Order: sequence, then C-alpha cells, then structure tokens
Amino acid sequence: MLILKCPYCGIEADETELSPGGEAHLKRYGPGSSDEELEGYLFSRENPKGVHFERWRHVYGCGKWFHAARCTATLEVFGTYSAQTFEPPKEIIKIIKVKRPGWKWRDLS
Amino acid sequence: MSKRLGKGGLLINRNKPIKFEFNGRKFSGFEGDTLASALLSNNQVLVGRSFKYHRPRGIVSSGSEEPNALVNLGENDKFEPNQRATTTELFDGLKASSQNHWPSLNFDIGVINNYLARFLPAGFYYKMFIHPRPFWKYIYEPFIRHSAGLGRAPSQKDNSKYEHFYAFYDVVIIGGGISGLNAAVTAAESGLKILIMEQTSTWGGRSIVDFPNIYDETSLEYVSRLLSELKKFENVTIRSRMMGAGVYDHGYLLGYERLNDHLNTDDGPRHRLWRIRAKQIITATGAIERPLSFPGNDIPGIMLASAVRDYAVNFGVSSGDKIAIYTNNDDAYRTAITLSGFGIEVPVIIDARVSGGGELAESARALGIRVENGKAISKVFGKKRVEAINICDHKNSTKDREKIKCDSIAMSGGWSPVVHLYSHCGGKLKWDEKLALFRPDGYAKPTSFDGQPFVTAVGSANGLLLMHDVIQDAWEGCLKVIQAARGKVKKKSPKETLHERANAPEAIWIAPQDADIKKRSKIWLDFQNDVKVNDIELAAREGFESVEHAKRYTTLGMATDQGKLSNINGLAILSSSLGKEIPKVGTTTFRPPYTPISLASIGGSARDDLFQPIRKTPMHYWHEKNGAYMEPVGQWRRPFCYPKEGETHAKAVEREINQTRSSLGLLDASTLGKLLVTGPDAGKFLDMLYTNLMSTLKIGKCRYGLMCSENGFLIDDGVVARIDEQTWLCHTTTGGAENIHGHMEEWLQTEWWDWKVYVSNVTEQYAQVGVVGPNARNLLEKIGGLNVSKDELDFMEWKDGKLGKYDARVFRISFSGELSFEVAVPASQGMAFWNDLVEAGEEFGVMPYGTEALHVMRAEKGFIMIGDETDGTVIPQDLNLNWAISKKKDDFLGKRAQERSFMVNPNRWKLVGLETLDGSVLPDGAYAIADGFNSNAQKLTQGRVTSSYFSPTLKRGIAMGLVINGPSREGEIIEFSKIDGTIIPAKITNPVFYDPNGEKQNV
Repeated sequence: MLILKCPYCGIEADETELSPGGEAHLKRYGPGSSDEELEGYLFSRENPKGVHFERWRHVYGCGKWFHAARCTATLEVFGTYSAQTFEPPKEIIKIIKVKRPGWKWRDLS
Repeated sequence: MSKRLGKGGLLINRNKPIKFEFNGRKFSGFEGDTLASALLSNNQVLVGRSFKYHRPRGIVSSGSEEPNALVNLGENDKFEPNQRATTTELFDGLKASSQNHWPSLNFDIGVINNYLARFLPAGFYYKMFIHPRPFWKYIYEPFIRHSAGLGRAPSQKDNSKYEHFYAFYDVVIIGGGISGLNAAVTAAESGLKILIMEQTSTWGGRSIVDFPNIYDETSLEYVSRLLSELKKFENVTIRSRMMGAGVYDHGYLLGYERLNDHLNTDDGPRHRLWRIRAKQIITATGAIERPLSFPGNDIPGIMLASAVRDYAVNFGVSSGDKIAIYTNNDDAYRTAITLSGFGIEVPVIIDARVSGGGELAESARALGIRVENGKAISKVFGKKRVEAINICDHKNSTKDREKIKCDSIAMSGGWSPVVHLYSHCGGKLKWDEKLALFRPDGYAKPTSFDGQPFVTAVGSANGLLLMHDVIQDAWEGCLKVIQAARGKVKKKSPKETLHERANAPEAIWIAPQDADIKKRSKIWLDFQNDVKVNDIELAAREGFESVEHAKRYTTLGMATDQGKLSNINGLAILSSSLGKEIPKVGTTTFRPPYTPISLASIGGSARDDLFQPIRKTPMHYWHEKNGAYMEPVGQWRRPFCYPKEGETHAKAVEREINQTRSSLGLLDASTLGKLLVTGPDAGKFLDMLYTNLMSTLKIGKCRYGLMCSENGFLIDDGVVARIDEQTWLCHTTTGGAENIHGHMEEWLQTEWWDWKVYVSNVTEQYAQVGVVGPNARNLLEKIGGLNVSKDELDFMEWKDGKLGKYDARVFRISFSGELSFEVAVPASQGMAFWNDLVEAGEEFGVMPYGTEALHVMRAEKGFIMIGDETDGTVIPQDLNLNWAISKKKDDFLGKRAQERSFMVNPNRWKLVGLETLDGSVLPDGAYAIADGFNSNAQKLTQGRVTSSYFSPTLKRGIAMGLVINGPSREGEIIEFSKIDGTIIPAKITNPVFYDPNGEKQNV
C-alpha cells in the first residue's frame, strides 16, 4: 500500500485513492507509423528492478493524472511530478543520480 | 497421563470451573485455561489426525505455531474450522470437535494411508494422477476431493459483527513480552504516538515462565509494573488479543484484534481489523522453539520443551507422569528444573551435545536429574501415546543403549526468531552460525517511501535469547526508532540484570546423526502435512533444489501453521542433501498474515446492504413498488421486467415487448451515461475519440458513435448530440459512463493537455425516459407544449423545451426500432414526469418495460450491445459497422491499430444473424463447430453466439453471432454444439430480423 504525494492537490495519498496507469513517458504512434513503432508504443514496457517512472491518477481525490519516480525494489519514492511533461524533471533526475548511482531507464541514466 | 497438578497455574482461577465439550464429551477446566491446557488437564492428548497418513496427533506447542491441535469450534452460525486449541481461550459452553478423521478420532480408516506410506512419497499425487486421462475426472478427482481438506466448511451464515478500524501512529510495537514492553516504555517517554499490541491475553511473553525474577522483583511484578507505567502515558494505546498480521508497503500494517472470541457473547464486533499507518514498526515478536528430528517424533505426548513448562507454570498442567527431555541447547534444562519443582518425574535429560550444557545443566544435575550427553533417541514406543524410548549414541545409532519408560517427551531443537513481520515487506535475514538461526539483518531492513528503514526487530525476534541481551537490545533498537520517527530521545540505559551464560547449542538437523533410511522415514518435519526427512531428500534427488520448489513438491510448510515449526529443520535437511550451506539455500518467502485471520474480518462491515453503494434512478422506488424484478447493472439496479402476479419473467418480457411494439412502452433510461464535452477544441477532441466525425455534427442533430481503444478494439458506443457551437453531449453505455469519463480525462490530461476541453459527467443530473411505440408521439402531444411532429423533430434530432410543466430535452432516437423519443428532465423532476407519462398513457395502454425487453427488441433490430457482441477482441469492422468509421479523418484512437494485418484479414469472425431450423433458442455463447480438430484434439470452431433470445415479435428464437466470413455466407447452415454434446443446426441470416427498412421508427 504505497503512499504517493499528488503534485496537484498536495495530499499524501494512500494507494486506495489512486489508480495505476502503467509506464510513463510513452510516445504515441498513430497512422503512418511502422508496425515496430506501433508494437513498441502499445506493448513494449520496461520491467525494471529499480528506478521506474510510472503514471498514476488521483482518482478518488482531485482526479488528476501525475507521474511518480520510484524504486520497484525498495519502494523508495524519488518524487512525483506533473503529467504534462515529456520527461522527468531535472530535480528528480538529480535525486536519483545521488541515490542510485549507475541507474538506467530507457535512454535515461 | 497428562493431568492437572495440585499447585501452580499463574493464569488460571481454580475457583472458577468452566464446562466445555470436546467430541461430544463433557469436560471441565478453569477460567484462564486455553482449550489445549484444559484438554491436557483431562488427559486428552490425542486431538487430531494428520493430513496425509491420518496419524494420531497430539498437542505440540502452547501458542500460535501449533500444527496439530486444530479443531472445529462452535456450532451453527458460530461454527469455525481449523481453530488452534492452543490459542482458543476457554469459556463456559465452548464446543469443539477434532478434525480429519473418519469415523472417529480414536479409530480412523484413513490411517491405512499410513501403512501405504512407502507408496505415497512426496510428489506421489503429481506422478500418479496424470494417466490415464479420463481417470482424473471420474476417479482421482472425486477421491481427492473427498479426502482433502481439514475442517468442514460452515453451513450457516456467520451473523457476528466485524469491523475495520483506521489508525495512524508514530511507532507501533508488536509483541508484549519484555522486549516489547521495554521498547514501549522507552518510546512512550519520547512523546510520540505509540501503539503496543500483544496477540495473547497476557503480557510478559516467555519471561514469566522462564524467569522467576527480573531485577529485584518477581517476573510477574516486573511485567505488571511496566504495564502500569505504560498506562500512565496518554500517547500510548495498549491492546491485547491483537496480532500484527502483516506489514506492507510504506508503513502499512494490519492488526487483527479478537474482541470476544473468549466470551460467549454477541455484544459488539467479534473481530476488528486495524488498518494502520505507522512511521516506524518495532517487531518484538519473540522466538519459536524448534522440534528435534528423531525417529517417531510425531507420537502424541511429544511436545516442545517450552510448551511443557508453559502448561506447568501457567496452567498447572503436566503433560505426563514421566517426562523425558531431549535437547541440543541449554534452554530446555529450564523445563527439567521447572518440572522438578512441581515434583514431576524427569527420568532423563538427553543432550545431543557431547560437551553438554552450561549453568542451567549444572542446576539440573544439582537437583539429581539424570543427564546423558552426546545421546539421541533412536526409537519411540507407543502409537497414540508415548510409552518408552530407546536411547543411543548421537553419532552411532547401531546399538541401542537403553530403554527408558516415559509418557511424554519435551524436545528442544533450539529457537527460531519470529522474523515473519520483519520479512513481509522485504527485510533480509542472515544466518547466525553460532546460534543456528536466521535473524534479521540489521543492515537490510524493509525501507519506506523515503528509502529509510521502517521495521526494526528487537529482543528474541532479533536473535537474542538471553535476558540481559534482550532488554539491552529493546532499548537500543527503540532509540534508533525514536530518532527515525523524530521523537525526543532520553538516554537512560537499562539497569544491569542477571547475566546468564549458556553453552552454544549444537545444530542438530537429524538425530541420531547416522540415522538409516528406516529411521529417516519415521522422522517427521511437518506434523500436519506428514512431510518426513526422506521426502525432502527425495525432492532434492529429483531436482527440486530451490527451497520454494521443494516446499511445493513435498508440501513442507504449506499446512495451516505455514511451517512455523518445520521450515528451518526442513531447509537444513534440504541444504545437507544438496551439499550446500544453509544460507545458500535460504528460506521460503514469509507472507502475511502471520497466522490465519478470519475472512469476515477482511470484509469488515462491507456485507449485505453495506457491501457496496447502490445507485438508484429517480424512479427506482416506483419500479420496486410496481413489482419490478431488479437486476444489477454496474452499481445500478434496473428493472429486468415487471412480472404480474403469477406471471413468469419470460411471459412478462413477452407482454412488455408486444405492448411496446403495438402501442406504447416506457423505459427508465436514466442510467445511460451522459458526458458533456465542452470547449473550443471539443470537436477536435471528439474526432479523436470516436471513429466517426463528430465535429461536423450540426447543432440539433444526433449521431451514433463508436469508441475504440488505442489497440483498435471497440470499447463503447452511444448517441452523441451537438448542443451548441462548443458543446457535445455524449451518451455512453450504463456500465461505461465512469470508465469513458476516465478515458476522456486520461487523453486530455496526459496527451492533448494543451487542448481546451472540459468533460463533465452529468449522468445523475438527469432522469431519462424512453417513450417508445407507435403511440409515443401521441403521448408526448397529449402532455403538450412541445412540437414533436416529424417535420419539427425528425429522426436523429433533439430539441429543448417545456414538455407539460417539465424542462425537457427530447431526443428522437430509437434502440427498439419503434417510433421512439428519449426525454431527459432534471433528476428532481424525474419521478413526477414518469407519473404523468403513466397517467396520460393509460388510454394507450402504456406499459413500463425492463432491460430484458430492451435487449430482445434491440436484437430483433440487429443492434449490437457492448459486452454482448464485443468482448475486448472485437473491432467495429467485425460488426459490419464500417459505415460508422470515418474515412476522412487522418487519425482517431485505434485507427492505426486497425490497420494491422490481422485486423484487415478477410477471414475474421463477423456479425451475422442466426436462425435455428426448428425455431428454438440457441444457447448463449454456443460455438459453431467446423471440420477437423486442433492439436488438443478439440473440434475446430468457426463462430459463436453473442446474443440469443426468444423473439415474441417473430415467435421464434433469434440470435446474433460472430462467424468466420459471416456476411458472405448468408443462407448457409452451420452447426452449434450444446453443452450436452448435441448439435443444433442454424441458418446464417442478416442480423436485422425486424423491419429492415426502418419504416416503423421513421414516421
């Protein structure tokens, strides 16, 4: 039962208030994309034991989607941030670099 | 025999006798007894049968680790199986019976398995029951089902009350022994908010039995002083009979409080499940004694040494008249000293260690008790009760040295810290070679959201077994916890207490050390599941080298005690069979709950009417009053049909359809999802969400739309109405409203967040009534105020206005094929509007109809239903809905996915109508069979029924289905198989069975 801070309403939300939305920062591939691109967009997902970026929705709260950066192995939360971004904010990357030297996630490291 | 002693019994009140029943026999015990101590005091040592071989089983322990003494408890609505006699507090009128025997506990036919034991090794079931195939269904499975399972399932509904309780603490301490109490006192002084819980009804844990004195007080005085100190703190909550059941992510903790299991009452809740968030958790959960593995170690009368002295000191009960003691460590000498104090004969202490014990052993010798070092038990005489033992050299069992008479054996194989709660959320263990136990690794504690440790084990749970170490560790551990929880730290170290010295235990995993196969196959590891040393060895030989595989292959530790006694011994045997070190083999995963908790406590008060909230339309009570048979649709309740007195549901549905098709019907359509999509970019947004073009919809018009997932599959459908320049009203399916609202929000917030669109779910703001049938327009005209003529309000148009005295929005849409209006009024006016329609409709014979009539009428028209014709694998093209997929749009959700090769494959299963040749109704979901077989020797299929009804209009069965290449095969006859194996032939037809040209709705 995780606790994640909703970056919109500021509440330390219990997992029962939240709904998970899978991996964060996917790029949408629509008409005109190749089969490989579409497959990657729809189905290929990271499955890290360690640093991960996820989408969550504060569904029984303010209703907003947000992103969370956390460690799947230790459950440490490095930070939560707006859903309206293409990549994790620099501050959060900085925190992860300190706490998890040598980390890697997709093309981030 | 086991019996009540003339003296002793700290927990019992000899002035308060209590009557209870076991297996129909009347017994008597005392207030303060557990069921186990009361049974022992009545010489009832045999309490059950083992799972596989049905061997006689006696009480082994005195606590929650008990594997054998499981009973059916209570009767009728209070009946509960698999309750541990050792943790069941006695109350007047308690009724219990033993389990897993037939016909009786004393004589059990299943024991024949015992004599077949060499034919029933580990994995027997897996190997045996594979061939021949049909045997599984008709012989093996019924036999296994008959003989499997321990207790009986309750036959009556449990009427006791259960509840959840939400709580938040800075520090929660689990365990009320001396380490827990000392930690709690230290934590209390920090000013933090503290909860301490103890699973039993008494405080002090083992200290009261094991230590006569602590500092200058008796242990009883010491414990009650700590407790009364604690009670003075307002920041401390104290709960007994509450177990820490599980530790989960980020400091979430379940506490399981048993409020009135020890009382014969229904007052208040029976169990309370505490759902706790703790900043820090201290597990002061103590340790559990391990059995020794020697031949015949499962015979009733053989108990843990600690349990034997518990029963003597706490309950004044002796487990036998002559109690032999068998140990590999110093602790068991306490039992000898205790028993000697009660005047019970201890014929011998067998110590496996050649060098023998330390201080405690000296004390035992001083009392004149015979001690045999470097010896082992090579044989136990007796079947349902220990009669005597043979002893031999531990390292050479070829020669029995002596037969010694005894009727009980107190064994101790050392101690295992209770690391369960520490391990639930990822805490790592390390192997302590010297003490031969797994203890928490202080450097790999479970971590919380901040990456900092949040569970700390102290005392015996941390692998410390001597008094001074325990108190010191509780204090030190607690200081770190207080700092972590940001409390004030007072450095006041505990007083020095007695320093015990103990000789190291010797890790003995099999005794005698050189036991041959005959002996090894009589050494039990898991008493409940009958797993023996040779079973583990077999698993290792057969390649089940991972401890998790060996567990599942042999069922070691899979009994209701979850291996509390057997696991460490078992994995030690496994590691020696594999020639690996114990830490390399590791433990199986510790999973919550620590001991079984009642299912009802997990449900809490969420049962019956409180199970989930029910959504009711404004006309809900009218339906109930008018005899509607309601069905759940999501959280809504909708009328299925309105049966009249003596009328079947089928007949009611028929009547409702006939009346609607011939004159006038009313449908409560309020549950239909209504999403208002507004904003400058709303049209652009809806063009992405729907497969059709919605931006071009003219104000005042309606359009049927389809929504697909990004994977191309159809997820929802409904009519969209253009309200004004920037507003569209999207109708969704009843069950889809919340999901589709969420779907829209997701895309707006996470993909097109710069688009200016708002979505509001206005489903419950409106009452919506379908006015359906040839007289629909006549009824609305009679209500008056709004021109609903064909010229003013044509098919697929809507208009606002005053209908009678109601603020109405009238949509001219049809899901039945009839002339039909759906009228939305504010929810608050819904009931009055419905009443007016019913009253004014009387002259047309107006008749309310339910969801089943709705379904049949839409099927007669070949309209699809999300969830019937779709199942998450169906694309609109499969349903011949290509007309609703825009070719003008560059993009919409699902467009790219629908271009994949298998989506455009011409051989997909496509929507058709199906008519049986004899007019009967096809079974819903039936498969159309094709020639040939697949690789599993199952018939190939070529289609399936998605909707099937009796059509009162056509007076025959009609169905819709998905069939390979369906529409091009119209007229062809295919065969559907029924569950009983018979075949129904059906003709492929057009799915529109009724009024294909739409003449009835277009008037």
